[in-house]
Amino acid sequence: MNKFTPFKSRLVPFPVDNIDTDQIIPARFLKTISKDGLGDQLFFDWRYDASGQPKPDFILNTPAAKASQILLAGDNFGCGSSREHAPWALTQYGFRAVISTSFADIFKQNSLKNSLLPIVVPVDIHAELFRNPEVEVTVDLASQTLTLPTGRAVKFPVDEFARHCLLEGIDELGYILQQEPAIAKFEASHPVTINTLS
Amino acid sequence: MKPRTIIEKIWENHVVAERPGAPALFYIDLQLLHEVTSPQAFDGLRKRGLKVRRPDRAIATTDHSTPTTPRSLPIVDKVAAAQVARLVANCKEFGIQCFSLDSEHQGIVHVIGPEMGLTQPGMTVVCGDSHTATHGAVGALGFGIGTSEVEYVLASQCLLQNRSQTFQVLVNGALKRGVTAKDIILALIAKIGIGGGTGCILEYCGSAIRALSMEERMTVCNMSIEGGARAGLVAPDDTTYQYLNGRHFAPKGAEWDAAVARWKQLPTDDGATYDKSVTIDASALEPMITFGTNPGMGMAITASIPDPSDISDPLERDSLAKALRYMDLAPGKPLLGHPVDVVFIGSCTNSRISDLRSAAAVFKGRKVHPGVRVMVVPGSQEVRKQAQAEGLDQVFRDAGADWREAGCSMCIAMNGDQLQPGEYSVSTSNRNFEGRQGKGGRTFLASPLTAAATAVRGVVSDVRELLG
Repeated sequence: MNKFTPFKSRLVPFPVDNIDTDQIIPARFLKTISKDGLGDQLFFDWRYDASGQPKPDFILNTPAAKASQILLAGDNFGCGSSREHAPWALTQYGFRAVISTSFADIFKQNSLKNSLLPIVVPVDIHAELFRNPEVEVTVDLASQTLTLPTGRAVKFPVDEFARHCLLEGIDELGYILQQEPAIAKFEASHPVTINTLS
Repeated sequence: MKPRTIIEKIWENHVVAERPGAPALFYIDLQLLHEVTSPQAFDGLRKRGLKVRRPDRAIATTDHSTPTTPRSLPIVDKVAAAQVARLVANCKEFGIQCFSLDSEHQGIVHVIGPEMGLTQPGMTVVCGDSHTATHGAVGALGFGIGTSEVEYVLASQCLLQNRSQTFQVLVNGALKRGVTAKDIILALIAKIGIGGGTGCILEYCGSAIRALSMEERMTVCNMSIEGGARAGLVAPDDTTYQYLNGRHFAPKGAEWDAAVARWKQLPTDDGATYDKSVTIDASALEPMITFGTNPGMGMAITASIPDPSDISDPLERDSLAKALRYMDLAPGKPLLGHPVDVVFIGSCTNSRISDLRSAAAVFKGRKVHPGVRVMVVPGSQEVRKQAQAEGLDQVFRDAGADWREAGCSMCIAMNGDQLQPGEYSVSTSNRNFEGRQGKGGRTFLASPLTAAATAVRGVVSDVRELLG
């Protein structure tokens, strides 16, 4: 993983609440055994017509969207299934952050593991961004701020450990495996009554 | 000692270590695997040169991209066939038991877990699948994870977790005839909304929950994620112990007695408090049905479709209007009497033997309405075998329904079982998202009883009229 560095980008406004992971990447594309090649399938059923041609008026097909790194979405973004293909598809399209008023739990966890930053903002800021989506904003994870063109800096919450991993470009597994002695000790006294190999 | 909820007890029993500035290192007792969300996790292990730490605490089955056509036929879809083959190969390489297509134990991962006694009270269970909350029915803490975390658990049997909030769902009163566990959960989600449980673990309590069978509790817990909660559970009781006793992986003899003694410590202490709570009067519930494009857009089957112009929040109003456009439904009208093309009875929500029995009771002596395609897909080979032993398959076939092999089938439409664009279905599954059952397909979620009544009448129907 690359270190998560500050960046400046315009927003891709997507004013729909409760966008589920079946819209982000339809299930029929989950038959892959790879993580790659999912960017073109992002929002497939909204993005392409019946013959598979891109709909020119759909926002993700516009040159402005392709040059942007931030999706501005409605409330409860990423609800539904646990498919990590959703953040894979979003990052492969080119997004580095999604701004919303809330995110579904599993999607948020999956995003943080793929250098896709879920940014939760208050309702009034959210509405203001939707009124002026043409602007450029700056995302700085180290200071946990989203800076608007007016210079106003909006603080956003991020789990402290996830922030550390993103800034350093590392995943959690190394940290977990360092604690192997504690895991072994725990297992020695923890009652588990199943053996799936029996 | 401070009174604790069952959620807090299971949490505290599984914290391996806690360090400042990091989430708790949290132990996972059992990981369930399927073909869709695991291949990239096994690749990750290979890339890092890691082994599976506890192959004795993992189990795999094929369900999602698995055909429900006769098992003697090859998988036509080459991409799906490769995915299924990859699961089998990965399990062989890493020493994990896998119930593949040729196994008598194959089935939907959330059906076979409880059925085989794999999931037990107080356990932590994960799967790369958001419906892992199903296992909460036995008093386990089950939750869905992404593929990165599938890899972490394979490598370490642990995850990094922050404590969730506790959310009590109190359901009291007796269900009326024709009203089922599915209607309880659809009513809950309609009440709290699909984001209402975000950040929470639900505990289902109350006399209506205690009165449910284990399979009915599975239906309720299964759809916790549809209310935004990663997990939902029911404290174990005699119903739980009777269900588990004697199952393949359940403890035996003295180990069983010791386990039950431990499990009896799990239920929430008197005086324990929750971060949130909601109450539902089960006796006031009617059969439920969804009208929109998320599971929170549900209503009593006799109600009328809500009107977007009654909603003040602009995004919320637009979302409902968008949903009704997709569904091609007019506000203010009832759904009763709306024609359907397909009825799907199956999925990890409603594909167990009791679900099939209740659907068969409606089909018995009746015929599927001409022009309606009905698929009945058992949740596992075990369920299929039991249904056939009871002659249920014959009831379905005599009525004109299609009796299939076990799998997720048209719940997620990855295996060729799908709606055509514009078609309407009544489905016993868990999601009515746009295109969920096939591109352009339109889904009404309901109970097996409502699904069967609709199949017979050809239009969305109130099963109570058929029950007499």
